[in-house]
Amino acid sequence: MFAKPHASTRRELLLGSGALFAWAFVPKLARAEGRDPRFLTIVLRGGLDGLAAVAPVGDPDWVKLRGDNALKLDGATPALPLDGFFALNPAMPNLHRLYRAGQAIVVHAVATPYRERSHFDGQDVLESGLARPGRVDAGWLNRALTKLEPDDRVRTSTTGRRTFAVGPITPLVVRGPAPVLSWVPPRLPPVSDDTTMRLLDLYRHTDPTLARVLEDRIGLAALAPSASPDRKPGEMGPAVQIGNIDQVRTYFAEAAGAAAKFLANPDGPRVGALALDGWDTHINEGVVNGRLSQLLGALDAALAAIETNMSAAWSETVVTLITEFGRTARLNGNDGTDHGTATVALLVGGALKGGRVVADWPGLKEADLHEKRDLKATTDLRAVLKGLLRDHLRAEDCVLAADIFPGSDGVGAVEGSVG
Amino acid sequence: MALDPRGAALALHRFGFGPRAGTIAAIASDPQGAFIADLDRPKAGLIPDAGLLGSGAANRMAFEFNAERLAKQRLETRRKELAKQEAAKLAAENPAMQNAAMENGGMEKPAEAKAATPLPPGPETPILQNFFHEAEAHYRAAITAEIGFVERLVWFWSNHFCVNAISTVMAGAYEREAIRPHVLGKFADLLLAAESHPAMLVYLDNASSMGPNSVAGINRNRGLNENLGREILELHTLGVRSGYTQDDVVSFAKVITGWTIYTTDNNPDHGGQFLFHPRLHEPGPQTVLGKAYRDTGVEQGRAVLTDLARHPATALHVATKLARHFIADEPPSALVEALRRKFIETDGDLWLVSKALLAAPESWAPEQAKLKRPSEWIICSVRAAGFAGDARRIAAATTRLGEPLWRPPAPKGFPDGEADWIDGIAHRLDTANAIAQNPNYVDRVDPKAMLETALGPLASAETRSAVARAETKQQAITLLLMAPEFQRR
Repeated sequence: MFAKPHASTRRELLLGSGALFAWAFVPKLARAEGRDPRFLTIVLRGGLDGLAAVAPVGDPDWVKLRGDNALKLDGATPALPLDGFFALNPAMPNLHRLYRAGQAIVVHAVATPYRERSHFDGQDVLESGLARPGRVDAGWLNRALTKLEPDDRVRTSTTGRRTFAVGPITPLVVRGPAPVLSWVPPRLPPVSDDTTMRLLDLYRHTDPTLARVLEDRIGLAALAPSASPDRKPGEMGPAVQIGNIDQVRTYFAEAAGAAAKFLANPDGPRVGALALDGWDTHINEGVVNGRLSQLLGALDAALAAIETNMSAAWSETVVTLITEFGRTARLNGNDGTDHGTATVALLVGGALKGGRVVADWPGLKEADLHEKRDLKATTDLRAVLKGLLRDHLRAEDCVLAADIFPGSDGVGAVEGSVG
Repeated sequence: MALDPRGAALALHRFGFGPRAGTIAAIASDPQGAFIADLDRPKAGLIPDAGLLGSGAANRMAFEFNAERLAKQRLETRRKELAKQEAAKLAAENPAMQNAAMENGGMEKPAEAKAATPLPPGPETPILQNFFHEAEAHYRAAITAEIGFVERLVWFWSNHFCVNAISTVMAGAYEREAIRPHVLGKFADLLLAAESHPAMLVYLDNASSMGPNSVAGINRNRGLNENLGREILELHTLGVRSGYTQDDVVSFAKVITGWTIYTTDNNPDHGGQFLFHPRLHEPGPQTVLGKAYRDTGVEQGRAVLTDLARHPATALHVATKLARHFIADEPPSALVEALRRKFIETDGDLWLVSKALLAAPESWAPEQAKLKRPSEWIICSVRAAGFAGDARRIAAATTRLGEPLWRPPAPKGFPDGEADWIDGIAHRLDTANAIAQNPNYVDRVDPKAMLETALGPLASAETRSAVARAETKQQAITLLLMAPEFQRR
């Protein structure tokens, strides 16, 4: 009788839900005189460990800080050198190639004005462009669009161009008064192993029955982490590995690649945003061969997909990769990192004057660290974004301070990113 | 009385569909009183039925729709047949055309090809539309209920006396007509309303059952269908292995022969309504559970049902099932006994039995011993988020999780134990993840506020921490919806 009640696959479920979302839009977008700039913002949710993505290999305190987990220029998997002081995670060869071709900029020791450590609030500040959390009605990118006047140095397209968002959820950064078109990739992000493991952890502490069922279902019964008190003797307690990294890779590449196709289309939108989750690496961060390495690899492949799909428009493209905060300078007790402060912002695109690391390096000695634990922020992320919006999209300085990043009068735009 | 927000939150999950914004605080001064008051509301259990078809009207609507659809199909077949004959005739009269026809594979080909073109997907059939109208009313009542206890009782009794929407278009109307008016009334009235409802008579085949010695039975050489008689004894009243015999089943089935419905074919005005048809009724007295019932027509069946409602085994069966549904898979015997006694003392007064359930100390045990059924959990999540809910999406989600609305796997209804549902937890995780991808959640729901709304003092430190530390709002919402305190009640 009631043999198989749970017939639908995860994929069917997600497809079903994906079909539910659509946003109305009214075309309105600006285009620069003589140029046709493209601007894509990718929000890396969860807090990217900037020191693991781009390591200060020239800092004498670096290896002391991270020990065996510090990226180095030598060893079995050497980091990719950038400028003699910084080196890139070896999982990102595409980004390295773009850097060497002058099409990528790394901004280091950068942070939003947010100094607490809540993801939600941090993401609100990152995306709203406001100095404090709490207001989530509009993002800085959307406000920028409403302020780019037609017939100024940027003019409104008459061919139905618009801003848009990729993914089932429109990132806050692009939400607001300017209408947003949203496109949902055929493949939605799967329920991540991170979410599953967090739930399993919750169940293990509160509800052993549910924990057992979930363990069985995800085939992880044999992978009980060493912290689990009921681990049977002789069982190995290996790190929890990402089981579905292939799905993550596919989603990253599909979402980013699709965004690029839309932006490249002469009649398509010029500004877009998407969010890629999974950067909250509290446990077994895996800088070289583990989880973070795999995620950075997936991100690197997504950048390659953007470059490919942009084709000729790549030369007029700027992509920004930003995250709500960095992570602790030292590893925690689980070979992971906890929520921190400063991190990196990665800029790529053919319109950049790249091949540079922009950093006012604060140092890694304990006294140099923010609250003796996090990389100190020496660059305000808003300064970077202001520079890009001004030089690439031609937003006015006064508008940048008054409307797009309110209260940022004292934060001067970073000069010379676009060339 | 001291404030008891924990008791309030617990009760809202255990006896309702979880809290809505502010409910925990609203009833914290007297949770038990708030639940008793829910039972004392005038017209409790009833819902507005404006625009919804009664069971008879639904039945007639479906009949007319199916009849018209059949007629269209027949007409098309006939038209094709005619075209074929015409072509053959033409070919016979003209040999040259005959050759041509043979060369291109037959004259009728173009017509056939045209007919084979699939029709574009049409609008929802009126039958499905009716289902969703009913589903919408059903879910809305649960989502908007302040306390929700009476709605949970409606769901409980609707499942106890279940019908199947595949068998009958009247499933939604059945719940409104047979279940809702009686969930706080006498069990005997509820029993009679359910067993004599057209939806039940169709679902359990009594509509076509005939006494072997009835006029129709003799003339048409057809006979008894034991299905409804057996299920009333086994599932609806006494309970399985409670002492009745196969002879009791047969006798009882004979007693209720003639309980059928008007067919729309024969009676366009009353099609789908209850009919006691003497021509189908087995004549003569019958003995059920040792008691003789003389043949009083439709009253014979009513008399047996009235006695079944008062049978001690029924009291124990109902008491056990109620306690199992609301409190624990293995309910405390003291609670079952309290409910059983109350049932017997009050002649099956469900209003007082429900109050006895609230009054029992076992009902307020802090441990959340029951796993919510998928549909309860989905409704809880809609309420916690403050959404209106979309019947089609809710119905789709519960179907994916193995609990399709009004489509139980068997007359026994959906099972009620943790073992029946717990393997679906991973599927709930998929569903929670999909729910959290709904942009409405990210736009309008603050996970921390939702946690206070949905769990408040029930939330464990671990759950609070997991939600607070989540990487994204979606992840926080997923973890909240999957937290043990939210999965259990």
